[in-house]
Amino acid sequence: MTLEEKQIEITEEFEVFDDWMDKYEYIIELGKELPIISEENKTESKLIEGCQSRVWLNSELKEGRMQFTADSDAIITKGIIGLLIRVLNNETPETIATSDLHFIADIGLQEHLSPRRANGLASMVQKMKLSALKSI
Amino acid sequence: MLDQKIKTSFNVEQIRKEFPTLSQQVYGKDLIYLDNGATSQKPQSVIDAIAKYYTKDNSNIHRGVHHLSQVATEQYENARETIQKYINAPLLEEVLFTVGTTAGINMIAFSFGETLIEGDEIIISAMEHHSNIVPWQMLCERKKCILKIIPINNAGELKMDVYDSLLSKQTKLVAITHISNTLGTINPIREIIQKAHKAGAKVLIDGAQSIQHMKIDVQKLDCDFFVFSGHKVFGPTGVGIVYGKKEVLENLPPYQGGGDMIAKVTFDKTTYNVLPHKFEAGTPNISGGICLGTAFEFLSQQDMNAISEHENELASYAEKEILKIEGAKIIGTARNKTSVVSFIIDDLHPFDVGTLLDKQGIAVRTGHHCTQPLMDFFEIPGTIRASFAFYNTMEEVELFLKALKRSVGMLR
Repeated sequence: MTLEEKQIEITEEFEVFDDWMDKYEYIIELGKELPIISEENKTESKLIEGCQSRVWLNSELKEGRMQFTADSDAIITKGIIGLLIRVLNNETPETIATSDLHFIADIGLQEHLSPRRANGLASMVQKMKLSALKSI
Repeated sequence: MLDQKIKTSFNVEQIRKEFPTLSQQVYGKDLIYLDNGATSQKPQSVIDAIAKYYTKDNSNIHRGVHHLSQVATEQYENARETIQKYINAPLLEEVLFTVGTTAGINMIAFSFGETLIEGDEIIISAMEHHSNIVPWQMLCERKKCILKIIPINNAGELKMDVYDSLLSKQTKLVAITHISNTLGTINPIREIIQKAHKAGAKVLIDGAQSIQHMKIDVQKLDCDFFVFSGHKVFGPTGVGIVYGKKEVLENLPPYQGGGDMIAKVTFDKTTYNVLPHKFEAGTPNISGGICLGTAFEFLSQQDMNAISEHENELASYAEKEILKIEGAKIIGTARNKTSVVSFIIDDLHPFDVGTLLDKQGIAVRTGHHCTQPLMDFFEIPGTIRASFAFYNTMEEVELFLKALKRSVGMLR
């Protein structure tokens, strides 16, 4: 599945929710399911300090494809991270660095990723793209 | 039942009609605005005054010979007078317009700081907002002064016995918040001021969280400085007030140089204007100042005792009900408190709770509330804070509690 196909798939999943709370119920479920970062990677250097919640991110390049693991102390953040990882994992650094992650806005979660608001998630996307760039 | 009790002494529905922002929906739900500690909504009279100023009266003040300049100057200075009367400042020139509480504290930290020497001491408390911590840290670094901190107990009250022991003849200034933005604690500032004066120190009161909840009388308090923001007291953003005693202000050097603050400028020597202009360099926020006056006209028509009774009733009911939720804990349980309810629920992250409340139309604040040292003291990352104003209703509190219980259920 291409990165674009993954984005469309997520958008379709969210189309069934006509209520905000149902949407967030699903994000919370995703947050609970997120395979979290291993304890040895939950270090200060992997921490993305945000205003509201803390996010740890580990990125690795394996056989030409990026592998991300992450965690957060807030479960909604974890759910959104889960979506980001689903879209970006196993993609090449080039694809990630040039990706337009429109699915976030498509499913109405852009408020969590706006660089205009003090929020760890915007820096997380930036860091994912940056680590991809460094791996090119 | 509680609603009926309130209606007999205080007509909240009548008040709400004055605040158009409150009658709207977010995410398809009626907005319930419980973030009044961050900023207040504005009454129609203030909104109209802003529009009127820019529609009819816009002009630069103080020096223009033309009609509009005179109109704008008159209104701006009338606003100063309204505010002077409201806070009972003895003299008009003791009321300085500034940008807000942060700018006001920075102004005093600079100008008062210029009079300090190495080894002088400043006392603040453990519950200060960052804006009443960092300017003093910067000053201490600049002038090699010493910053001392009054600690708090687990309820979020100042340890007054420690305060006594911190005061000495080295103490030059005590800068303390009247009401904690995070905990709601009302500090015993009269006692603090009296003791500081006995030690020969001046006192700055950060009134950002108190002026909207209670009647302030700077003469009764006898503080040397009282600082607050316009936007938290139903006025516009970008304007605030520094009240300062004339004899203190006169002995301070100016903060910023520029137009309006000078008497005469030559390349050899510049002399400064008299108070209040000495501290008001440049074109001020004219519309902000005028409309802050409008906000105080609005406020002076309200019964502040009834307001605070109503607000406290909402807050204590909310506290009582929140505590029924398993794992809930109120942060800030001072005996003397205002209508701020800060709380945590077990290991639930405040951000998660706040996000789910938002989607149900409820505006609260989550996080450290710009009081990180306070969060370190309680060993928590942040709190969920509901801060009530006089236009909030018991019905809104009930809806907030219902939404809170639903959010907690989803997160567990």
